[in-house]
Amino acid sequence: MNQFFGALGRWALLSLQRTGDATMLGSNASAMLFMRPWQGRHIVQQIYALGVGSLIIIAITGAFTGMVLALQGYYMLAKFGSESLLGSAIALSIIRELGPVLGAFMMIGRAGSSITAEIGIMRVTEQLDALQMMAINPKARIIMPRIIATILALPLLIAMFDVVGLAAGYVIGVELLGVNSGAFIGEMITKVEMKDLNIGWIKAMGFGCLIGIICTWYGYRAEPTTEGVAKATTQAVVLSSVSVLILDYIITSFFL
Amino acid sequence: MIRVENLSRSFGALQAVAPTDLHIRRQQTTVIMGGSGSGKTTLLRLLAGLEQPTSGHIWFDGEHDLATLPARILYRLRLRMGMVFQYSALLNSLNVYDNVAFPLHEHTDLDEVVIRTMVTMKLEQVGMRGFEHLMPSQLSGGMAKRVAFARALIADPDLVFFDEPTSGLDPIAAGVVSTLIQQLTQKTQMTSVVVTHDVHAGLNIADWVILLWQGKIIATGTADDIRHSSDERVQQFIEGRPDGPIPFSRCDTLYPDVLLEGGAR
Ligand SMILES: Nc1ncnc2c1ncn2[C@@H]1O[C@H](COP(=O)(O)OP(=O)(O)OP(=O)(O)O)[C@@H](O)[C@H]1O
Ligand SMILES: [Mg+2]
Repeated sequence: MNQFFGALGRWALLSLQRTGDATMLGSNASAMLFMRPWQGRHIVQQIYALGVGSLIIIAITGAFTGMVLALQGYYMLAKFGSESLLGSAIALSIIRELGPVLGAFMMIGRAGSSITAEIGIMRVTEQLDALQMMAINPKARIIMPRIIATILALPLLIAMFDVVGLAAGYVIGVELLGVNSGAFIGEMITKVEMKDLNIGWIKAMGFGCLIGIICTWYGYRAEPTTEGVAKATTQAVVLSSVSVLILDYIITSFFL
Repeated sequence: MIRVENLSRSFGALQAVAPTDLHIRRQQTTVIMGGSGSGKTTLLRLLAGLEQPTSGHIWFDGEHDLATLPARILYRLRLRMGMVFQYSALLNSLNVYDNVAFPLHEHTDLDEVVIRTMVTMKLEQVGMRGFEHLMPSQLSGGMAKRVAFARALIADPDLVFFDEPTSGLDPIAAGVVSTLIQQLTQKTQMTSVVVTHDVHAGLNIADWVILLWQGKIIATGTADDIRHSSDERVQQFIEGRPDGPIPFSRCDTLYPDVLLEGGAR
């Protein structure tokens, strides 16, 4: 019993220490956004690499999410004879919850893992040290652009997820299931408020920030071995996904 | 150029560098020699400020202590330093040309024409001209080493650290690189710190030799001092004899004992 609490305590302390270290690295690096030399070119490069690379996968996920929501929503609403509400049901689910969360998951799988692996390999092969010796601060040059890029790219990707998802929902709901087109769109426009759009982009930026900090930190602090990088990548993906769900709950509960 | 006081570095229980005092003199080639795992790379990384010492001070130019220096000033000092890493550490995402030109692209406003000339010159010196377009993954170990050499020297640094500059090179390339280090130190303002276990090349180019064993300095002096040293350990090392005061294996248990126990630890 004692042993159990001892292990639990050590685990809690270690997690706390790591959280502190990651927060330090993240804020330290992000502060370099405002320092010279200006890293604009590298931020744009990262947005391109992380964002454009994730476009197709996000579009596909968005489309199928919208389609399945239309089927499932229709099935449930039809039981109460209120199929006309389908448009608002799909829109609220996607904009408030599914868009941000599924978009973040896709970003973690597609971009987050590659951020951790890339930085970890730079650590193993001493490229981070080489940068330091050439008077380039890796925090400003490698860490910061990736954090900023995830924060900026994720809202854009999620906006696209939402648009594609709604369009796919419309196609299935109206064209396939025969819901009245006017009712579908009218319900959608009257029931979705500014508040719902705000919650969407606040979540997107929050998730982007989490993913950026967690994935860069795991890479930066990876044990400099092959297994070390593999382990760091797995842990970064798992931890980012769980943190996204927890933050999602917290933000949703604030905006109810 | 660098004066080190009471410097040490431990990894857990292992003392990679025991408390050490030493002096790197301006415009000289200081060669650090020692067997595998004797702490050469660790010492070099400490001197370059890449590793945080467990104790001690590293005085750079007599005024900055690299052990406690704020990052901003350290990065400014590094504009005057170069380093060749043991495993080259070229930037994976850039080709040979961009790797060598990297310090110039980052820290100068030179015209691309000028940069191209400088890069070509440096690559020619290490025999790597004509490979500009290759990516680091397409190079052999020795080729990467020579590109790293060119990169370290491209911005005419005052102080260059070389970790095994000749290992993995064929005899001719190794000779060229050794001669280049010697010439640059003698004819320009450059100070070199060379880590090597190539005794012959090391003693040839050294103005000052530091011999390490298990993280401790066991001898210092000019190349001739070392050659004529009466210390048994020094003689064993430079002659490469298997028998002598330096045991080949660093394990505490005796080999026959381990065998008799059937290999059970
Ligand atoms: N990051 C580290 N973590 C733990 N131990 C380390 C670390 N770096 C070095 N060591 C240990 O410190 C000792 C000295 O290592 P170092 O790399 O300085 O040796 P070296 O003299 O450069 O050897 P070689 O000639 O093989 O390159 C070794 O016993 C090594 O196991
Ligand atoms: Mg070494």
